[in-house]
Amino acid sequence: METLEQLKARIEAAAPGVRVEIVPNGNPANPASLLVDGGHARAAAAFLRDDPALAFDYASNVTGVDWPERTVRERIKVKRMAGGVEREVEEVCERKTPAYLEAVYHLYSMSRKDGPLILRLRTENRTDRVSLPSLTPVWRSCEFQEREIFDLYGIVFEGHPDLRRILMWPEFADHPMRKDYAEPDDYEYEPTPHDAVLARARGHYPGGTQP
Amino acid sequence: MSARFSPPELAGTDFEHPLLEVSLGPHHPSTHGVFRMDAALDGETVVKLKPVFGYLHRNHEKIAEKCSYLGSMPFTDRLDYMCSLTNNWGYALAVEKLTGLAVPERAEYIRVILGELTRLINHSAVVGFLLQDMGAMGTPLMYAFREREKILDLFESLTGARMMCNYMRFGGCRCDLPPGWIGQARGVAAKFPLFLDEFEALLTGNEILKARTEGVGVLTPELAVNAGVTGPMLRASGVNYDIRKVDAYGVYGRMDFRVPLGERGDVFDRYMIRILEMRESLKILDQALRDIPDGPILNLNAKLRNLRPKPGEAYGRIEGPKGELGFYLISDGGPNPYRYRVRPPSLINLTVLEDMCLGQTIADAVVILGSVDIVLGEVDR
Repeated sequence: METLEQLKARIEAAAPGVRVEIVPNGNPANPASLLVDGGHARAAAAFLRDDPALAFDYASNVTGVDWPERTVRERIKVKRMAGGVEREVEEVCERKTPAYLEAVYHLYSMSRKDGPLILRLRTENRTDRVSLPSLTPVWRSCEFQEREIFDLYGIVFEGHPDLRRILMWPEFADHPMRKDYAEPDDYEYEPTPHDAVLARARGHYPGGTQP
Repeated sequence: MSARFSPPELAGTDFEHPLLEVSLGPHHPSTHGVFRMDAALDGETVVKLKPVFGYLHRNHEKIAEKCSYLGSMPFTDRLDYMCSLTNNWGYALAVEKLTGLAVPERAEYIRVILGELTRLINHSAVVGFLLQDMGAMGTPLMYAFREREKILDLFESLTGARMMCNYMRFGGCRCDLPPGWIGQARGVAAKFPLFLDEFEALLTGNEILKARTEGVGVLTPELAVNAGVTGPMLRASGVNYDIRKVDAYGVYGRMDFRVPLGERGDVFDRYMIRILEMRESLKILDQALRDIPDGPILNLNAKLRNLRPKPGEAYGRIEGPKGELGFYLISDGGPNPYRYRVRPPSLINLTVLEDMCLGQTIADAVVILGSVDIVLGEVDR
């Protein structure tokens, strides 16, 4: 397979305006991935599938990942005036990473027996702008997996032919795989849900769709 | 305030509206578990069919995010509960990729032996279930289960459990083979072809089986690849893709075996591929049981408890009996995975269920579902 730098250049040539970024893997023995911006993701995906030298005809695995806002502590070197002399001092600074939801696609080529190429798409945040283009028109195998991500993470896949909940029931209001998901108190094994339990349970369903 | 009871309109009284909606399942013997198919029928012909899942959903992935790495190992048994050992293997492989852990040779051979025995169990059972769905009540399934019992006895003497084996560990296996186990396994493998011959004499040329399966539920190779279908179903459509060959994980690179391919992609090919794959599995078993070396079964550097892999991610996949079984792990350096994802072959193979059933009769839809080979523990997770 071509290196990720070559692939990045080829995707940028094939889909003008696309922003591609190489996301390094913390473990260098395992492959890094390509982050593609949502606006051009489908064009990039179609290129990866249709280009005869790449032929990524098989999207094996589609994963949703939740990245809430995190505080990262970093050691950086800054120049400081200390006693009239400029010195380089190491300082610990805290930085907040933006929150987003991510869809990760593992692509393989069945015809060339090659792969994996890991494609990542990110939403702008994890509250209100959570849509991504669906890659189901390019690879049918994404159909149920994107539905699952919609169900469990709440990413809305635009252009998906049949975007419904798949594992949870249709009336369910939350997205249980998110890191900040609060488990409800109204489990079915509660023998006789009484007032306090019902009141607590109601708090989890602001829309009032559940008791 | 009692509203007058008015009976609902009976379905089928509206002769202007030709479609009949049938909900097969969730408690229906042909659905192999709690699974539902919403079908719209024109006469007997299927014009629309939507699978409905989730009845067995327990959010395995979320549970694993709250468990230590080792703590998820017994849970993987419960994914595809017919093939717990291949589930263990897939998960162990992903963690080994994440931590860069090598597996001793003897453990790799044990894994291959157990993986192929699991494939024999799965394929013989699924053929039995397929025949059961066609109305061959009992006999083929009982023949298949008779053989399955012998292999489950082997699992029991090795791991202590017949189905929920929880045997593989990161960097090897949990315990060594008990004395005489290899001889017993050889005995089972040597007698298995007799069962296959008997099974085939009973079934392969059978007129009813041919009438029910040939030309039914055809899946084209183009659609199969695009829809991510893997395993025997993909190869029945004639696509040569077997992860044991492509990735050559474990010691499959040293094994001499062939990948059977179908020609038409119908239910009969899917039945036949499984029979042929069992014969190839027996070849692998013979070689592995012959060549298994002595040595340790667990990497001495393997850390099982309180494992904290460095931040990073890894995707490990194996050729499970049902297709590509993948585990995708993201570590943030903590004691439990930040993200743990199972790529379930059963669920993704169901993507094409509607495409295969359209235009077929409702009775054939049951047979087509049987040929997909699903286990609901894995579909719903």
